[in-house]
Amino acid sequence: MTGGRPLLEVRNLVKYFHISGGLFGGREGVVRAVDDVSFAIHRGETLGLVGESGCGKTTTGRCILQLERPTHGQILFEGRDLATLGREELRAVRRRMQVIFQDPYSSLNPRMTVGQIVAEPLAVHRIVPDPVKREARVQELLGHVGLLPQHARRYPHQLSGGQRQRVGIARALAMEPALIVCDEPVSALDVSIQAQIINLLEDLQREFGLTYLFVAHDLSVVRHISDRVAVMYLGKLVELADRKALYDDPLHPYTRALLSAVPIPDPELESRREHIVLGGEVPSPLNPPAGCVFHPRCPIAIDRCRAAVPELREIRPGHWAACILA
Amino acid sequence: MGALLEVENLTTEFVTRGGVVRAVDGVSWDVREGETVALVGESGCGKSVSALSVMRLVAAPAGRIVAGRVRFKGRDLLALSDEEMRRIRGREIAMIFQEPMTSLNPVLSIGRQLTEGLEIHLGMTPAEARRRAAELLAMVGIPDAERRLRQYPHQFSGGMRQRMMIAMALACNPSLILADEPTTALDVTIQAQILELMKALSRRLGVAMLIITHNLGVVARYADRVNVMYAGRIVERGTARELYANPRHPYTLGLLRSVPRLDEPRRARLDPIEGQPPDLTRLPAGCAFAARCAFRVERCARDRPGLVGVGAGDHVSACWETERLDRALATR
Repeated sequence: MTGGRPLLEVRNLVKYFHISGGLFGGREGVVRAVDDVSFAIHRGETLGLVGESGCGKTTTGRCILQLERPTHGQILFEGRDLATLGREELRAVRRRMQVIFQDPYSSLNPRMTVGQIVAEPLAVHRIVPDPVKREARVQELLGHVGLLPQHARRYPHQLSGGQRQRVGIARALAMEPALIVCDEPVSALDVSIQAQIINLLEDLQREFGLTYLFVAHDLSVVRHISDRVAVMYLGKLVELADRKALYDDPLHPYTRALLSAVPIPDPELESRREHIVLGGEVPSPLNPPAGCVFHPRCPIAIDRCRAAVPELREIRPGHWAACILA
Repeated sequence: MGALLEVENLTTEFVTRGGVVRAVDGVSWDVREGETVALVGESGCGKSVSALSVMRLVAAPAGRIVAGRVRFKGRDLLALSDEEMRRIRGREIAMIFQEPMTSLNPVLSIGRQLTEGLEIHLGMTPAEARRRAAELLAMVGIPDAERRLRQYPHQFSGGMRQRMMIAMALACNPSLILADEPTTALDVTIQAQILELMKALSRRLGVAMLIITHNLGVVARYADRVNVMYAGRIVERGTARELYANPRHPYTLGLLRSVPRLDEPRRARLDPIEGQPPDLTRLPAGCAFAARCAFRVERCARDRPGLVGVGAGDHVSACWETERLDRALATR
């Protein structure tokens, strides 16, 4: 998996949002949504990106997709810095990066049939300009995601949540992408349907050689689908490692607390398990703590954590953590 | 432990454009004093409507409780006058919802929302109620109570709002709390805090709890007994330990197998439950799960199975093929 040039490289990505006081003269300031994040994704790989709400995982995905303009830092896709590309070049590159959203209902046009939704990008981007061939391609795509030919005539509201997510996946596939950013693709679905969609994403990855950035908060799902996992907290990358290393031997105290917070469906085991319950809440990204951003909630913090910002260090080969005690 | 709440043959219907939906279809369950019971299932299975029916909060005229009894401390809640029911709600049985922001009043201060119930239900003076409100906030782990009481819901974080909901629920010392997906909208580490808090408080104060959730992990960690619902009916019930160790309904087994687990080696592939949940306006004559079931036989499409005893601790399951399921598990 490693070796060769990565498909995607994120270098020192920073995204700040400026908040104005507004009509009522509220607090002004800068939200540090993503604060100096670097990682790479290799071809055919799935990188899981986990963290709690407001940690910057979705913003990172949106910067990669060029839906947000990074404040600072570089995003390299197939070795080319996206900031240096012209409009036409960028358009071509963006086709190769697609996204699947959490809520398939709000991301599908309710006035279009499933067939029209999947056909639209094929027509707009002139991937399949001929209407007859386009129709055939739509049917093929629906087949890839496990939908039936007659689903093409239905509207989104006539489908179940799982089927809608399949439509979202078909639409992404239509562009023949290399990278798909999956932003919480199963968290709005029922438990029995989640596994169907996860299996589908894995099958498609194998069949079409897809690369995934899998943004999610469910650590069990991320472990299942990812080759490597990155953990974010308050805009910072705090740990990055191979799946097995991260789950078997987490080095950052935040990762450990996250893993321990996940309840396991086994009452016997749960009664014996030790839980690290973090105190407090995630501080505001408007005013992040000095030093290590995690120190106010960290169970093992020492004085030095309040002063120095910990570097993301390679503690073991391929296993990175931003903690001076790791 | 005696039964605190006994729901018998509860049936709740909704009139929709697609026809009459029987959201809850003749279910019976109970909660004993001081225990935590779970209603588990996926969206549309009837778990929330069950709780709303107990509180008589099903929105009329579309929704209607058409049959059943809800006995609370021996009295049938469905037979009470509206006035009598108002005295039960909040005072004897409290409710916690998934999204605290939508169940808190945005234009009333936190303090007022806490003291209102105390003044109405317990007849406290404003000063007494204020003191008790500060006590309650401290009890649910909200520091700096005096300042917090003057604030408004939007000034609280999601976790704080849910703590506030718990404080409101506990305000009148209820004997039962119905918690509908109390942590689903919260982050993992905050979820852990809230659940630990609820567990500690229910133990300390001896409050019984009904937790409604789709999260099998949350159930495993916190529930004593579990009812699994599918398409408006209970398909399996047992103690948490028994049910997780020996699931006796194909749906329960399917749910448990479909989720990836942190304590097990990673599987190459997940085992989903195939198909979709049924349309409640067009339920089949037989078992509602049959179309998705790996164990179905001819009879399942025709005859609807009732709950029968399948093991220790009042473990019951509604399946014609529990024995075959048993053998399949043993040979796994």
